[in-house]
Amino acid sequence: MKGWLLKRLFEMGLTFWGITLISFVIIHLAPGEPISPMADFNPKFTPEMRARLRAQYGLDKPLYLQYLKWLKGLARLDLGRSFSPDRRPVWDKIKERLPVTLLINVLSMLIIFLVAVPLGVSSAVREGSLFDRITTVLVFVGYAMPGFWLALLLMLLFGIKWPVLPISGIHSLMGYESLSWWGKVLDWAKHLVLPVFVSAFGGLAGLSRFMRSTMIEVLRQDFITTARAKGLPERVVIYKHALRNALLPVITILGLSVPGLVGGSVIFESIFGIPGVGQLMWQAVMARDYPVIMGNLVIVAVLTLLGNFLADLCYALADPRIRLGGKG
Amino acid sequence: MIRALFRHPLGGLGAGIVTALVLVALLAPLISPYDPFAIDVEHVLEPPSLAHPCGTDLLGRDVLSRLIYGARISLEVGILAVGISLAIGVVLGAVAGYYGGWVDTVISRAIDIMLCFPTIFLILAVIAYLEPSIVNIMIVIGLTSWMGVARLVRAEFLSLKERDFVLAERALGASPWRIIFVHILPNALPPILVSATLGVGSAILVESALSFLGLGVQPPIPSWGNMLTEGKETLEVAWWLSVFPGLAILITVLAFNLLGEAIQEITDPRRKR
Repeated sequence: MKGWLLKRLFEMGLTFWGITLISFVIIHLAPGEPISPMADFNPKFTPEMRARLRAQYGLDKPLYLQYLKWLKGLARLDLGRSFSPDRRPVWDKIKERLPVTLLINVLSMLIIFLVAVPLGVSSAVREGSLFDRITTVLVFVGYAMPGFWLALLLMLLFGIKWPVLPISGIHSLMGYESLSWWGKVLDWAKHLVLPVFVSAFGGLAGLSRFMRSTMIEVLRQDFITTARAKGLPERVVIYKHALRNALLPVITILGLSVPGLVGGSVIFESIFGIPGVGQLMWQAVMARDYPVIMGNLVIVAVLTLLGNFLADLCYALADPRIRLGGKG
Repeated sequence: MIRALFRHPLGGLGAGIVTALVLVALLAPLISPYDPFAIDVEHVLEPPSLAHPCGTDLLGRDVLSRLIYGARISLEVGILAVGISLAIGVVLGAVAGYYGGWVDTVISRAIDIMLCFPTIFLILAVIAYLEPSIVNIMIVIGLTSWMGVARLVRAEFLSLKERDFVLAERALGASPWRIIFVHILPNALPPILVSATLGVGSAILVESALSFLGLGVQPPIPSWGNMLTEGKETLEVAWWLSVFPGLAILITVLAFNLLGEAIQEITDPRRKR
């Protein structure tokens, strides 16, 4: 286990370095430079001013020096300052928005797991039945469903046709401050229903499909036949013997689905007007606010890296071959 | 294989829809009832009727005609983006799988790192430096979606390069590039085809999401995604502007996914029942 952990941490460091490198390459090899958007709209912008600004941003130095400087800043969580009029540090902007995004993503991951596993197992156990076929069709529709369209439809249904749920923001704008502690939680929960549902929907299809196919494979193995031959009740065979083995790869897939989930934040946060990292990214791209764009890219990639690591850790803890110090 | 595809129940459905879509896109000027750009101020925001089966939008343009032209954009972006991602993925995957060693290590690491960036964030970061245009969207989607293909091709090559026919070619003195592209690659085609078909579906999804966010295909050029942006603004008065374009995306992506799944079942001997 210790060896495994060390190896994994080393790989993580390497990947982290790769993340910074790719982010940096995107900043500097993309056509245009951060000064252009300011210069292009200003007729009085002289070549001398451009040169001075380049010096001020450090763009006149060799690339590797710029990279080292940027890395140093990153180590102190200094991602530069936003180009927007408030000129606030990028890290501050991201920090205040991270909790909402994390909350929604963790909630939807929980829902994905809690719904997809039983769904996949029931489908696999009754392979070929009507239930299995209906879920398969639903899964295919779920795969192809554009998340933002689902969001629009839900807004149309529950916000306009039957106005039962709020369709924008993270809490009520009027009278929120006067609510009791419990009232505030309830208010948040109401605002979160649609975003979390939309965010979970896409991943649900993929994971339940995957759960189904792993479960079918496990159910065909010899030890299941043995368990049945011993006369164990079917419930025990499925939920104790088969599910335990089928869950392992599912944990990995759940970890791999982190980037997709976080990426979805951009879409549902801008639709539902939720002040999270995804909305920040969208606004930054619309405003060509390069430091914020890069800061977001790095932070989100690091989050994904951590998510994958957590999934691997769970896997290692659940798999006796690794837990007990084998060469997993 | 094509015959087997049309006999496959769901695959036949997928293949049929995809064929129909390609025809619609090719024949768009002939079959669309109106000019998709023609503004008609006397018929603004009309609900679906016989004259306008999918209604009209804020500027009185016929939604059905715009949907038909939108199919062109979606297929164009989907197919060309996948072309780019295949080109990168196949070459990198083949090189990594065939040569192994440090080349493989470097490429595999690069794939892992790229997979850490949520695709949408990566695409948005690149788009911020470029003008949003159809060509740029295709290139960016292609550049950020090759990792799956690369992994798959690498795995195929790892097992195929040990086969006797490859050893025989090598003994005959064939160059590595010849072995990779003429001898091994054709054997790895079925899974590549499956992943390409599924890739078209997801590229169409990404394009529509980008256009919806205002960072993809720009109006007045009709794309299903940017039609939905308008749908969102008029959600309270004109449901048809949000329902039909989304339905078009759903059906198209579904068709490509069914097709891909069917090709997999037909070509994969292990899956035959």
